[in-house]
Amino acid sequence: MITATLTRLVAQVAPTGGGATGTPATGTATPPATGNTGAGFSGNLGPLQLPHVEYHFLLPFLILAGSALAMLAVSSLIRGRWPKGLYAGWTVVTALVVMGWTWHLWGQVVGHGSAPRPGPVAAVAGAIAVDGFSLFVTLTICAALILAALLAESYLPREHLDGPEFYVLMMLSTAGGILMGEANDLIVVFLGLEILSLSLYVLTAYHRRRQRSSEAGMKYFVLGAFSSAFFLYGVALVYGATGSTSLPAIANFLSSHVLPSNGVLLAGMALLIVGLGFKVAAVPFHSWAPDVYEGSPSPATAFMAAAAKTAGFAALLRILLSALPTQAENWRPIIWVLAALTLVVGSVIAVVQTDVKRILAYSSVSHAGYVLLGLQAATATGAISSNGLAGSAFYLLAYTFMVAGSFAIVTVVGGQGDSHHSLDAYRGLANRRPALALAFTILLMSQAGIPFTTGFIAKFDVISAVVTHGGAPDYVLGVLAMLAAVVSTFFYLKIIIAMYSRGETSAAGGGAAEAAAASPAGGASGGGATAVLTAPAIQRTIEIPATITIAIGICVAFTLAFGIYPAPLIHLAERAGLLF
Amino acid sequence: MLPAVVSVGTNGARIPGVGFPLLTVITLLPLITAVIVALIPRSRVELIKLVGVGGATATAALTAYLTYKFATGTAAFQFQSHHMWIESFGISWHLGVDGISLFLVLLCGLLFPLAMVGPTIHGNEKSYLAWLLVLETGCLGSFLSLDLFLFFLFFELTLVPMYFIISGWGYDNRVYASTKFFLYTLAGSAVMLVGMLALVLLHANANGGLITFDLVQLTSGNPIGNTAATLIFLSFAVAFGIKVPLVPIHTWLPDAHTEAPTGGSVILAGVLLKLGTYGLLRFGIFLFPRQALHLAPWLLVLAVIGIIYGAIVATVQKDLKRLVAYSSVAHLGFIVLGLFALTTEGLSGGVLQMVNHGLSTGALFLLVGMIYERRHTRQISELHGLQKSAPWLAAIFTVVMLSSIGVPGLNGFVGEFLILIGTFVTHRWYAVVGATGVILAALYLLWAYQRVFHGEPTGDNATMPDMSWKERWVMLPLLVAIVFLGVYPKPLLTRIEPSVNAVLARVHDVTGYTQPAVAVSTSVVAAAPGAGAVGSGSP
Repeated sequence: MITATLTRLVAQVAPTGGGATGTPATGTATPPATGNTGAGFSGNLGPLQLPHVEYHFLLPFLILAGSALAMLAVSSLIRGRWPKGLYAGWTVVTALVVMGWTWHLWGQVVGHGSAPRPGPVAAVAGAIAVDGFSLFVTLTICAALILAALLAESYLPREHLDGPEFYVLMMLSTAGGILMGEANDLIVVFLGLEILSLSLYVLTAYHRRRQRSSEAGMKYFVLGAFSSAFFLYGVALVYGATGSTSLPAIANFLSSHVLPSNGVLLAGMALLIVGLGFKVAAVPFHSWAPDVYEGSPSPATAFMAAAAKTAGFAALLRILLSALPTQAENWRPIIWVLAALTLVVGSVIAVVQTDVKRILAYSSVSHAGYVLLGLQAATATGAISSNGLAGSAFYLLAYTFMVAGSFAIVTVVGGQGDSHHSLDAYRGLANRRPALALAFTILLMSQAGIPFTTGFIAKFDVISAVVTHGGAPDYVLGVLAMLAAVVSTFFYLKIIIAMYSRGETSAAGGGAAEAAAASPAGGASGGGATAVLTAPAIQRTIEIPATITIAIGICVAFTLAFGIYPAPLIHLAERAGLLF
Repeated sequence: MLPAVVSVGTNGARIPGVGFPLLTVITLLPLITAVIVALIPRSRVELIKLVGVGGATATAALTAYLTYKFATGTAAFQFQSHHMWIESFGISWHLGVDGISLFLVLLCGLLFPLAMVGPTIHGNEKSYLAWLLVLETGCLGSFLSLDLFLFFLFFELTLVPMYFIISGWGYDNRVYASTKFFLYTLAGSAVMLVGMLALVLLHANANGGLITFDLVQLTSGNPIGNTAATLIFLSFAVAFGIKVPLVPIHTWLPDAHTEAPTGGSVILAGVLLKLGTYGLLRFGIFLFPRQALHLAPWLLVLAVIGIIYGAIVATVQKDLKRLVAYSSVAHLGFIVLGLFALTTEGLSGGVLQMVNHGLSTGALFLLVGMIYERRHTRQISELHGLQKSAPWLAAIFTVVMLSSIGVPGLNGFVGEFLILIGTFVTHRWYAVVGATGVILAALYLLWAYQRVFHGEPTGDNATMPDMSWKERWVMLPLLVAIVFLGVYPKPLLTRIEPSVNAVLARVHDVTGYTQPAVAVSTSVVAAAPGAGAVGSGSP
């Protein structure tokens, strides 16, 4: 259904590409069957000619959407409950198939070895870009889906919420994210954005018996709708200024025309940035993030934090770099300010949080700042191999595993009712569950950017990209990013301290601030606070289901292995180039 | 492209141990041991100790072997091990040792087993030993890395285990102290990382796009612009200055040292602080000779302030451990003074004093730890007349204290004397002011000794047990080293001097600066004050 709508829309939109061709001038063979030759501004479109659809390029999207709908259909036809783990298994297998196919496409488009390949192509009348970047994003979002499905497998029965809907929504959302990653047309970006977001709104509010969950869903929905409207208005303005919604066509138009007044274009660009900035939770469009992250069911938070951010950034990167490279001197200052604000605000506000989910939410805000750093440097023209796009792509992949692993632990510690998220709940975790505490420590250290973890390599990658970029403002941004990393280390340490505290009044003296911060009341001081804190934490037993163990294991192994030997991943990210 | 393993010096001199990656083994052995320790069940304490201490001792033996095999009379990096690691960033696993790092590696090898065996571990032995072993890898790796990125990795790696050691096994205020330590150092290295990247990229721009983090390659080729280099040097100086620590940014040190468990303090003072001074020399002076020369007066001022300030603050401390901590500030000030004097004597003295300070302050922390174990207090006012009840402790404390003061015949004297000579030649008044630090050191240490050990013991002080045989055996290697270096420092100096001269030769090549022609040999006699006319002649 969706695909049909999509192709229709594209068919209507593509021919209007400024009188020029709607297909991008990539130099690769573009299918002649697009039928847009005769159309111009005359308004007479003639008989509607459907474009040639390269289904094999669309398969990742189709498999996911199809599998989701099939699960929904089958589960509504079959009575009774499904065997435990079947929903999750279905989802994981779907995601693995998609990844396998994506890997196959990677081999076709980018090449696994050094052999020359046809290179990236535009498909479906130029609406879809099949290039290294979109395939990389697909792989990343599918990884997030797998991890989130593993979390949901034990979370949903624990919360008495089991059913296919959660997985269906996640798969649809993933499909939307993938579409955003490969969209080569603003309309397609919008389609992807909506498919991603609508599923996410429901996922956020999925925990029916938890008031916070509904509240978060409502908040996310209202703000998300606003941001979509912003985005759409941005699309309209850009279309008005350039006469096309196709990214290559916009770029072509802007490089071949001098706009006498570019107010409309700039306003459109700004609105696009606002819309996507909301999706990636960049300051000042981040205010929904903490509440929504806190309120969502933890597996949904893991998915949202990883997939929505990756998809949002994929679209943002592609729009700014593919369609608006000529406006770089206009959007780069905006991105600079966004990045600086995101880094500083994200990490500083996290310091005073007392809820681990909120801390991680703000930390995920500050992570967005680092990805923006890569975007800031992504137009770098120099002999240096390190480039911002690859840095951002690598960061998103590394971040996906770090954040999914972290929220996996939050899922476990949160316990029945998804309610134990204060620092207090983590006190003494190292005594009760040493391996869990160690895993969380590694993931947090990775988020902080301590060496021998992917988090460090990722930060290193984007900062080296921004420093390569050269100007004094870029250096300032690099230093700012590192200092933000130091600040953020403080709150990661706060969690680690809580886990490794012996449950005595250790924080009474100099750690008074820490103890007070950890106290639920927030105002109690010193020894009194710690005494209150230690009591309930020790009694609760923490069960770690097998699937979550696997998820955490994957995340930790990934974080450490590619932290120590990052060369293959870096190589992969470096070849994840844009079509145009 | 370099072959996979390079085992000859850069000058082509044949170095023993061809083919065997000795430095890689030295660096990774503690880490491997740590993993093994982590896999042993927690209940098997004896086995854990055996494996942990065994691993550290084996590392110590290897460092001793390295010292034995080290070829004298050459400034080249020896025992190099070179593999590409992250090709696209120009990052390689490049280890090598020269006269500057050799004895710091040996010091690491010596101090870690002692820090494991000496103090009693309260709490979980397994994690404690594992963290210490990880820390040892971090320290050794930092000293041996010839690749900036690799150095940074190891430099940062030292933070994590130290943080856990302080926050897990420390005293009352440990959470505050460990967090402060972590954040201070991390802030410094954050700035350094940006500086490092800028250096590499600017170097690449100046040299046809060759991206490399390799120290040797970075020092060759076209230099980068002066303004950029100054800023990068400053970013390095801030990072290392925090680690040293230089005075305005030293405040993490007293807390961290005081709250750390004894073993942690020993390593912190003995080894970790040296990362700062080593970094200033290797990645400051050697990498940025011109900037180091220009900014030397500023660093010398900070060093002298550190000497005087550290000494004065140490004098008024009520806590014995805090007193030793502040004495570190003063002693490290001496080392920085020697390094930025930019003379053969100053640099040699600085490197030697790094080792000396590791020995004597490490020993002092061990002894203070022993007192605390017995009396459960570090307050000087509560300790009294320990000489009567614990004569062995008092005797050994005396020797170590005298070494720390810098009494002739013990190691501290040689280092401080060389530093003062070296500084006097180029920066006379800094040396004069710095020299008062020696007197102040005598003041605070002797005064503390007098209050703690002299007089008639009362109460718990009277019944305090003396050192056990184990503790005496732990102190023995340190005492031997203290006396040996005091009497016969030549074996060290002959190995340090070529490397130090290579640094000065680089300073000369880049800036045309020549050190004053006084006391070219390290012979102590040659230090007639009048001969020190600044800038006269060439060596």
